This record gives sequence, C-alpha cells and structure tokens, in this order.
Amino acid sequence: MYAQMVDTGVAKVRDVAEMTQEERAFQDRIDADVKVEPKDWMPDAYRRTLIRQIQQHAHSEIVGMLPEGNWITRAPSLQRKATLMAKVQDEGGHGLYLYCAAETLGVSRDAMVADLHAGKVKYSSIFNYPTLTWADIGTIGWLVDGAAIMNQIPLCRCSFGPYARAMIRVCKEESFHQRQGYDIMLALCRGTPEQKVMAQDALNRWWWPSLMMFGPPDAASVHSAQSARWKIKLLSNDELRQRFVDQTVPQADYLGLKVPDDRLAWSAERGHYDFGEIDWQEFHEVIKGNGPCNRERMQTRIKAWEDGAWVREAALAHAEKHAARERQAA
Amino acid sequence: MDDDPRLFDYVLRLADNGVVLAQRLGEWVGKGPALEEDIALTNVGLDLLGQGRMWLAYAREIEARYAPPGRGEDALAFLRDGGEFRNLLLVEQPNGSYADTMARQFLFDQWHLMLLGALAGSKDERIAAIAAKAGKEVRYHVERSADWTIRLGDGTELSHRRMQDAVDALWMYTGEMFAVDAIERGLVAAGVAADAASLQGPWRSAVAAVFDEATLAMPGDGWMQGATGRGGKQGIHTEHLGHMLAEMQIVARSHPGARW
Ligand SMILES: [Fe+2]
Ligand SMILES: [Fe+2]
Ligand SMILES: [Fe+2]
Repeated sequence: MYAQMVDTGVAKVRDVAEMTQEERAFQDRIDADVKVEPKDWMPDAYRRTLIRQIQQHAHSEIVGMLPEGNWITRAPSLQRKATLMAKVQDEGGHGLYLYCAAETLGVSRDAMVADLHAGKVKYSSIFNYPTLTWADIGTIGWLVDGAAIMNQIPLCRCSFGPYARAMIRVCKEESFHQRQGYDIMLALCRGTPEQKVMAQDALNRWWWPSLMMFGPPDAASVHSAQSARWKIKLLSNDELRQRFVDQTVPQADYLGLKVPDDRLAWSAERGHYDFGEIDWQEFHEVIKGNGPCNRERMQTRIKAWEDGAWVREAALAHAEKHAARERQAA
Repeated sequence: MDDDPRLFDYVLRLADNGVVLAQRLGEWVGKGPALEEDIALTNVGLDLLGQGRMWLAYAREIEARYAPPGRGEDALAFLRDGGEFRNLLLVEQPNGSYADTMARQFLFDQWHLMLLGALAGSKDERIAAIAAKAGKEVRYHVERSADWTIRLGDGTELSHRRMQDAVDALWMYTGEMFAVDAIERGLVAAGVAADAASLQGPWRSAVAAVFDEATLAMPGDGWMQGATGRGGKQGIHTEHLGHMLAEMQIVARSHPGARW
C-alpha cells in the first residue's frame, strides 16, 4: 500500500523445476521461515524487488510528512500542535529506518532520493491529496495510519530481516498515530455542528483514496504472486482492503459519520462488509502524476533538497577541515 | 499579592519565547536540509513548545489569584492579539535560510541557557522547578546550534558568508535580551526574576568563543531594537508577529468556544 505497485521484474512465478540449485535452497529457507539477512545470497530479482518496495515505502513516509506538516502551524490547540509535530517527526524517523534497511541491499540513500526526484520511483498515491481542514489531520491518522498498520503488521513477518525489524518498530508508532487521529475525530464529532460537518467532509474526501492505498485488485497480478512466494507480501491487496473496511466501518458508526458508499452493507453470508466499486481510473491517474497535489509534493521535496545542498556541502567541508587539522596536530 | 500582575507578565515573557520560536521551527518540518536535521530541529521545537506550555500553566495559576479562573494555555496562545504577546523580537524573526534559522537559534539558546540557569535559583519555587527542567533540554539545544554555527561559519565560502550575514542582521535584536525594565527590576529585587543585565558579559564571551571557532566576526554593538523599554517584552513587535499569529490562531478563532 505504501508500496502499491511493486514490479518484481519477473514475467511469471517460477516453479521449482525452473530454479537453479541456489534459488531452490533460497526458497527452501524462506518456506522454513528463516530470515534472509543482507550478507546472504539472494536472487537478483528478490533484491531488486525489495529495494523497490522498501524505497517506495521510505519515500511515502517522507512525502507523507508534507500533507500533515501543512497543519502544524494552524493546529487549533497547543496539545494538538505538539502531538502533530511529534507525529510528523515519527514519520521522518520511519523514512530513516527504511532508507537504512534499503541501504543494506546495496543502494545509497542519495541514489534513492535522486530516483524519487526524477520520478523513477513512486510513493503512495494517498499523499497526493490535499489536506483542506483540521479534520483532515484526524482523518489521516485514523484512516491512513490505520491502513498503514493493516499492511505493515504482516510485514513484521516478512522474509527480509532488516525490513521485518524496521516494521516492528514502525508499527508501534503507527498505532499511536491511529489512536491520536481517531481521538481528533471523536473531539470533532462530539463538538459543535460545524466541527461535525468538517469531520464528515474529511471522511467523504479521504475514504476512497484510503481504499486505493492497498493497490489494484488481485486478479492476474503476477508480481503479487511472486512477492507472496518470497514472503515479502504476505496478504493480498484485496484481503487487506477487506480487513480495513471491516475494521473501519464500525469505527465510523461509533463516530456517527456516514461512509460515503451507498453500496456498503454487511453481508451475513460472507461475514464481511460488501462495498462499492473503486474508481481505478482515478487511482492510475494519481499514480501517473495527475493527482491534485503530485506536482506540489515533488516540488516541495526537490526544493528542500536543493535549498539544503549548500548546508550539506558546508557540513562536509567543515568535517574535512576538522579532520585535516586533527591529522596535522597528531 | 500586589506583584501578581507583574509576575504574570514576566512568566508570559518566558512562555511566549517558547511558543513563538516553536511555531517558527514548526514551519521547517518536512523541509529541512537533511532528514536527520528535520528530525533534530523538530525535537528542539517540541521542547520549546513543551516549555512554553509549562510556563503558560503557571501563568494561569498566577492570573487566577487576581482574576479567577485565569486563562488556560489555549486562551493565552490563541486568543491574545500581537500586542499582548511578550516574546523577544529575536524569536519572531522569519526563518530565512538555514543560516538565518541557526543564527537566531544560537543567539537565543546561549542566552536561554544562562537565563534558565539563573532562574533555577529563583525564590519562586515554581519558576525554579520549571527552569531546572527546561535547562536540561536547552543545554542540548545550545550544543546543537553552536555546532551548526561553527560548521556553517567554518564550512564553505558560501556558507561562511551566509552565516556572517545572518549574524549581522540579527545582532540588533540581541540587546533586548539584557534590557531590564521596571517589571523585571522589581522581581529581580524580590529574588524571583533573573537579572538579565548580569548575563550580558558571560553571554558575550560564550558567543565570542563560538564565533572565533566559526571564523565569524563579532558584529559591532550598534542600536539595539526594543532595548529601551519599547520592544517585544512590552508588546511592541516587528511586523512579522502579526502574520505568524494570523496563521497560528485562524482555526481556533474561527470556532469560538469549540474544543479540539
Ligand atoms: Fe509512518
Ligand atoms: Fe508506514
Ligand atoms: Fe504514522
């Protein structure tokens, strides 16, 4: 979901007969739930897929700081301002752990950032939507962090050790974020009529984009099948989406908010909520760069990076001078 | 106590420095020159906001003694107009470049650390306790901002120029930190407030030592803004504060009486 469309670089899932001996041994270890560590042999496609997946996830954390950062200066109470600053800071920390996890696979952070800025690597579609009112901050915590947890809890068991360990750390914080977001929604829904309208409006705008976070439907997704085999994707997009809907609808009911889907209904037969059709055209357009905020998000990231270049260069130059002086003194 | 309105005013000076500078640092979130910096700068902002809230909580208690029930932290932060804010002019200055932000931070942090050190010995127990707690955090702030002053000052030619320009431009706001007006004078005599004037010498030496390592020239002491009893501490601000508050207070003021 933060990594919505990860290309595994394979045309179809290879069966055992087609594997080399090394590949078979690798698959056996994965089947036996032995973690893969950076120094271990791994198929190139596994490495490349993971780099892409972790990188997309890392970029999502970093770009995700922007829509929420947008409300730090306008948070309506000091308590909420402090909580929001800490939350956005946590997301930066998540980006940092994830970049480190990806670096263990032999790609530098600078190279990853360059790929993001060049548009070669994506980040989650969700962060291309605007945050228009304070209620959006509550809704993002509730829905977006909620969806993130849904996706990342299984990843705590993924086959690549550094990624699994990063996810364990990240998940703890994401569940804080989700509770804080829901708490904002509770305050709004118990507040003035205007606050309640604000909360409903935010849910109306964020509901469908949140469902899109889990990525395209499962049907005929060769990449998902390969990733499942490698245990870097443990549940399918549709399964995760269903879990999310099942978990979230009662929470909306409790808030007294209406989920903006006329086809939403409990199916006693399936034991799940049925829900309406997602606008996949919108999803693909947002992924392609045509969402409401794609351009601003990238411009902001690129500007921050470029404006910071002289600072990073100065730090480097100072470190070199310092080292040279110490050598001279020694 | 007759002194309560004056004590309230003094504690607001301490509170507003934290709230206003945290608001400025909050503008940087997500846009720092490196991810680690973004995170570290937000940490400083969070500390200052937390300190501001501690001072505001005490301000409310004081106000409650003569105007019960006293205003809570959000009423104080979001419902006062610019002229009621008591922060130093220095902390409301715009972020500018990273050099401007770091120069502002260092000049303030160095003073802040010394001020809190003095306040930790206040006869007012609440002030002493808050100052002691805040002082531990600020020790780390000044380490960091001094370090950046040195790295940028003694970095590249470009960073040196930017840091020197930043220090030169902000220097005229430093005098206010040491100006003691009638409100402070009474509280200093009572052993409650810190004698800011006495911090000037030690502050200058500490700043000079860092500038020396940073290869920065100490600016000359010209006219100091707000140092003659008509500055931020008295509610006479630069034009920047009004814009900052317009943004900070918009949601809270658009929904009178709402709880968030
Ligand atoms: Fe996160
Ligand atoms: Fe995440
Ligand atoms: Fe989060």
